[in-house]
Amino acid sequence: MILTRFFMGGFDRRITILIVLLLLLALLVPMLHLLMPPTSFFHVPTFMVALLGKYLTYALLALSLDLVWGYCGILSLGHGAFFALGGYAMGMYLMRQIGSRGSYGNAELPDFMVFLNWKELPWFWYGFDSFAFAMLMVMLVPGLLAFVFGWFAFRSRVTGVYLSIITQAMTYALMLAFFRNNMGFGGNNGLTDFKDILGFNVQAPETRMALFAASAVALCLGILVTSALVNSKYGKLMIGVRDSESRLRFLGYRPESIKLVAFTVSAVMAGVAGALYVPQVGIINPGEFEPGNSIEVVIWTAVGGRGTIVGPVIGALLVNAGKSWFTGVLPEFWLFALGGLFVFVTLFMPKGVVGVWASFKTRWRAKPPAEISQPAEAQT
Amino acid sequence: MRALKIIVFVLLSCFASVSLAWSGEAEIRASIAQLATAKGFPEIEKIVKDLAALGDPLVNPALTALADGNLQVRKSDNAIFITRDGGAGVALIDPVTGEDAGEAAKADVVKIKVNNGLRRIIRDSLGNLTLQSPDTATRLQAAQTIFRNSDASQLVALDAAISSEKISAVKTQMELARASAILNSDRGDDEKIAAITLIKERGGRDALSLLTATEAKTNGLVKDQAGAAVASIERSLAFWATGQNVWYGLSLGSVLLLAAIGLAITFGVMGVINMAHGEMVMLGAYTTFVTQDIIRDSFPGLFDWSLLIALPLAFLVAAIVGVIIERGIIRHLYGRPLETLLATWGVSLILQQGVRSIFGPTNQEVGNPSWMSGSFQIGELDITWNRLWIIVFSLIVFFVLLVALNRTPLGLQMRAVTQNRRMASAMGIRTPFVDSMTFALGSGIAGIAGVALSQIDNVSPNLGQSYIIDSFMVVVFGGVGNLWGTLVGALSLGILNKFLEPFAGAVLGKILVLILIILFIQKRPRGLFALKGRAVEA
Amino acid sequence: MRIKDKLLNKVATAALGTAMLWASPAMAADDTIKVGVLHSLSGTMAISETTLKDAVLMLIDEQNKKGGVLGKKLEAVVVDPASDWPLFAEKARELIEKDKVSAVFGCWTSVSRKSVLPVFEELNSLLFYPVQYEGEESQRNIFYTGAAPNQQAIPAVDYLLANDKVERWVLAGTDYVYPRTTNKILEAYLLAKGVKAEDIMINYTPFGHSDWQTIVSDIKKFGSAGKKTAVVSTINGDANVPFYKELGNQGIKAEDIPVVAFSVGEEELAGLDTAPLVGHLAAWNYFQSMDNPVNESFIKTWKAFIKNEKRVTNDPMEATYIGFNMWIKAVEAAGTTDADAVIDSIVGVSVPNLTGGYSAMLPNHHITKPVLIGEIQADGQFETVWQTPGLVAGDEWSDFLPDSKDLISDWRKPMSCGNFNTATGKCGGKG
Repeated sequence: MILTRFFMGGFDRRITILIVLLLLLALLVPMLHLLMPPTSFFHVPTFMVALLGKYLTYALLALSLDLVWGYCGILSLGHGAFFALGGYAMGMYLMRQIGSRGSYGNAELPDFMVFLNWKELPWFWYGFDSFAFAMLMVMLVPGLLAFVFGWFAFRSRVTGVYLSIITQAMTYALMLAFFRNNMGFGGNNGLTDFKDILGFNVQAPETRMALFAASAVALCLGILVTSALVNSKYGKLMIGVRDSESRLRFLGYRPESIKLVAFTVSAVMAGVAGALYVPQVGIINPGEFEPGNSIEVVIWTAVGGRGTIVGPVIGALLVNAGKSWFTGVLPEFWLFALGGLFVFVTLFMPKGVVGVWASFKTRWRAKPPAEISQPAEAQT
Repeated sequence: MRALKIIVFVLLSCFASVSLAWSGEAEIRASIAQLATAKGFPEIEKIVKDLAALGDPLVNPALTALADGNLQVRKSDNAIFITRDGGAGVALIDPVTGEDAGEAAKADVVKIKVNNGLRRIIRDSLGNLTLQSPDTATRLQAAQTIFRNSDASQLVALDAAISSEKISAVKTQMELARASAILNSDRGDDEKIAAITLIKERGGRDALSLLTATEAKTNGLVKDQAGAAVASIERSLAFWATGQNVWYGLSLGSVLLLAAIGLAITFGVMGVINMAHGEMVMLGAYTTFVTQDIIRDSFPGLFDWSLLIALPLAFLVAAIVGVIIERGIIRHLYGRPLETLLATWGVSLILQQGVRSIFGPTNQEVGNPSWMSGSFQIGELDITWNRLWIIVFSLIVFFVLLVALNRTPLGLQMRAVTQNRRMASAMGIRTPFVDSMTFALGSGIAGIAGVALSQIDNVSPNLGQSYIIDSFMVVVFGGVGNLWGTLVGALSLGILNKFLEPFAGAVLGKILVLILIILFIQKRPRGLFALKGRAVEA
Repeated sequence: MRIKDKLLNKVATAALGTAMLWASPAMAADDTIKVGVLHSLSGTMAISETTLKDAVLMLIDEQNKKGGVLGKKLEAVVVDPASDWPLFAEKARELIEKDKVSAVFGCWTSVSRKSVLPVFEELNSLLFYPVQYEGEESQRNIFYTGAAPNQQAIPAVDYLLANDKVERWVLAGTDYVYPRTTNKILEAYLLAKGVKAEDIMINYTPFGHSDWQTIVSDIKKFGSAGKKTAVVSTINGDANVPFYKELGNQGIKAEDIPVVAFSVGEEELAGLDTAPLVGHLAAWNYFQSMDNPVNESFIKTWKAFIKNEKRVTNDPMEATYIGFNMWIKAVEAAGTTDADAVIDSIVGVSVPNLTGGYSAMLPNHHITKPVLIGEIQADGQFETVWQTPGLVAGDEWSDFLPDSKDLISDWRKPMSCGNFNTATGKCGGKG
């Protein structure tokens, strides 16, 4: 009952529609893919499904960043790390599922350990043959890292740019660490050549569709959690932290706990997004920790409109669709287009796509957009 | 060096033509002529050894040319010449007399191939031949070669050379060479122990390698002495190793300082999260490349000056691009620092791809001028010239910048605008102009950093990317808005890194440094040198 | 609130619109055969891979001048996977499913190959992979035209053992799978040759490592133990330039401590002043300096195509050349571009390589090549100082690694297996 109220508190029409739309997508795309004959105009090809599935996980990642940046004023330049950690947890499960079907037929060790002459499975790989344990780790590992990191950083009142840069240092350090072959995560090659998930072949169309639907559902859940959080009393406090942290502190609240909760929840969301991403793209490697990737997530969120629920979802979809399209159509010049887009958005659409729409509507209706909560200009 | 050798050779041949027997020349010619038909390296090696065995300095020019790949065979008549590149064709020089022998097209001559093994043999035999050379440097080199090779067969020649040597530095070196040769000979233990003492006093890595080998192949008293000497040299080397680490750390720190110092202005002073900073460094490096390319084609004599010429150009190019970015984009974003991150990230993508489209994705060659090549030794410290100059250069840049910010009217205005924009404006400062100039200054400094970095790193479109994160770490670690912080931050991170590297390895070392930065920021949330007062909350 | 709905509608339409754009079948004319080019044109690998993209375009151009294949013109489809490994898989799928290419030429790093491998397997298409790699793989849909470790690393070590009497070895590499595996193989090989364990130093550095001071001085230290020392470098791409600059400046001469590299070719040297590096070695299967008419005309065509007299050719370009011609020949033999038919017809196909001989496709989808050792010259070229008397067959499963020495690969029917275990008599990975 309480839970229902918690979730329903954040329900407005905009979000309802987005969720309905996403669920529809989750149903429609697999149906079109599986039922329509390949020659039909309405047939959605496999690569399209894989692409859309990837975008959805990116959208969830952007949403998780929006929760801390848009609503809580913490600009994390290291969210890619949580995403990648979730992905690695999933990847480890998938590796263990290969069993003796690897090149060397070793039932215990993944291929990359065999040819580096490892004799036994490192301790941190224990348990990953169980799906439930892996899923627990998908949430626990990023969540725990965020909690510990946030615990120290927020209590020491590291804010603003300093916080952004140390989150960047975190993901950079993790990237270097995962690149090391001695770490036992496959080094630069990462984890790849997956076979099964829960006994189903990852390459089978049905499995793909299930994963796609799962991504859409996960995104819906993410939206629900985020909207519930930001519309609760706690959400008001978050916005308070964002807009004037010291004032909130003088009022007797503890901004560090508020931030810590948001940061941890957000990291868990990012981890889930990563876990769904890996089986769909078929590889996880340390490149996902690259600081540039985390900056891109910030850009998706900004393009869509931060401080809104719909914004980051739209931003992630738009930018990534653009990227996929440009890299195919303008292979030599797509960076110009992408770079130009970022400059354009920051200059002319400071509140993102959603913001443009809102101001358009204001002009139309001459009524302020009450439900779009925008971050204050002043950033500390 | 080659010029020197030619002078030596000319002198020698005059000398030879007057006093030495002429019979040698025919023999030498005959040996050299065999090179034209020699098949494979073993045959060439035999001929080289025969030539060296003649013990006649007349063979030096031919052997030197052979080692340098300048000894060529004329295809038409199998005659052998020393060649020198001269525009379209090659100039031919007689291998024995050194007389001009006309010219040939490049296609008409074919090079006599040598490999590492041959080059080493030639170098060693030249070393033995030149002990009596009238040129001091050549004698010194000869002594050093014998020292390294412990060539016992040279003992007699060494004794002769030592007795006639007048320059004490060369004499010392020859005595060391003699000691080294003794260790490898069948002389008595007393002499060997004396040699060990002598070599031990010299110290250094070469001595260590020599003594280690001696310890392994002797026994009894000599072995013990050699062992003791090895231990003593190792102790002193360990001491120097610490110094060497500090030096490496300083050198890495100076690179970090150069990379970060422009950012300390655009990010530290202005508050722009300038993701395009690395690309400014890259622009500077490409300016150096273009400058050198023009100089190489049109004014080859100026090559040693190319970096100095490139400096102002790189500053200008990067500063102009900086002004364009500031006027076009950043000025619309003041007060929204986090959004500058997005816009400048876009700019950096565009600049990278722009350079890639113009210059291609591959590395461009930027040469080291002669004064930046090679190394010298202080005690057991190996100091490379390019690193030394980069340290000096980074400090100059730092202090010039410090003076510019603290002692010039523009610097005053810059600080005023960053501390309180409105007040500065009210006092009549043209804030937009100052903004442009500050950004141009930061970008320009990044540009000249690119000139220096082009000497040690790739000049490719990815150059900037590899420095941007380190630069931010340095500025944040040192404290935003404080130049001294950047200096101390860069140097201490550099040294820390180099002290961790031997224990932890390059990768773990870097990870540890990053973790330390994260922990340090918890302790001092505003960096090493935090700004105090109102500016903090701005 | 109706307008809000409109917004969402718009988003939906936009999304669907994009979807349509993707889904609409490619408007390709049927009279061309499409060839995919999957090389990074941006990001960290662009530096090496862009050249190969141009090489494929040139080869297609040349082939079309000769009238194409099976009476049809070839058409290149170029995409940019942007040095992003998951993007490689995505783009591979796009090339095969959407653009319906008949074969793909692409990839450089092992991880990009590993990333696209399941895609080629699933969609049954062909990938020609032109770069030297660590071996330990043989896949039905992939043709490895670069060197396997036995076609590069082992002959190089043999050369140094025989010619320079090297007793002490530094194995320096970038920390990723190719150097790790190569060094594992070399270590086992050297130990088998009687080199003592304490005479082998192994060192790994991160990608793009630029501060080589400590490591170069460590090498110097290691080399001053009174035994002849050599460095075997598997340092990758970008990190080589600062490494060689540091070598030159610290005065490590090839006569004293030679460095033999497996990833440094003409292209990498183009960014360096090679005068201080004369005599350092590289082991490849091709050098631009090879003196034969086929190579001469290849270089001429390349320079004309790229419109730059200064551009060089390198080993992966030769591997691309060989792979491309093998595919053409196999397609002509099969009379179709159908993947299964080509896979059957390509084994045994023999085409001229650029070193003046012929290379043949083996049943394990690797090829035969000569191995050359070259010394760096002052003009940035290599001079061959040694070469294997005959061709060396690519060995996918190394004989020097305990777990792979029993494995063989043969993609001819009826075996059709990439990892047949001769000890157990079973084809692994299939049950």
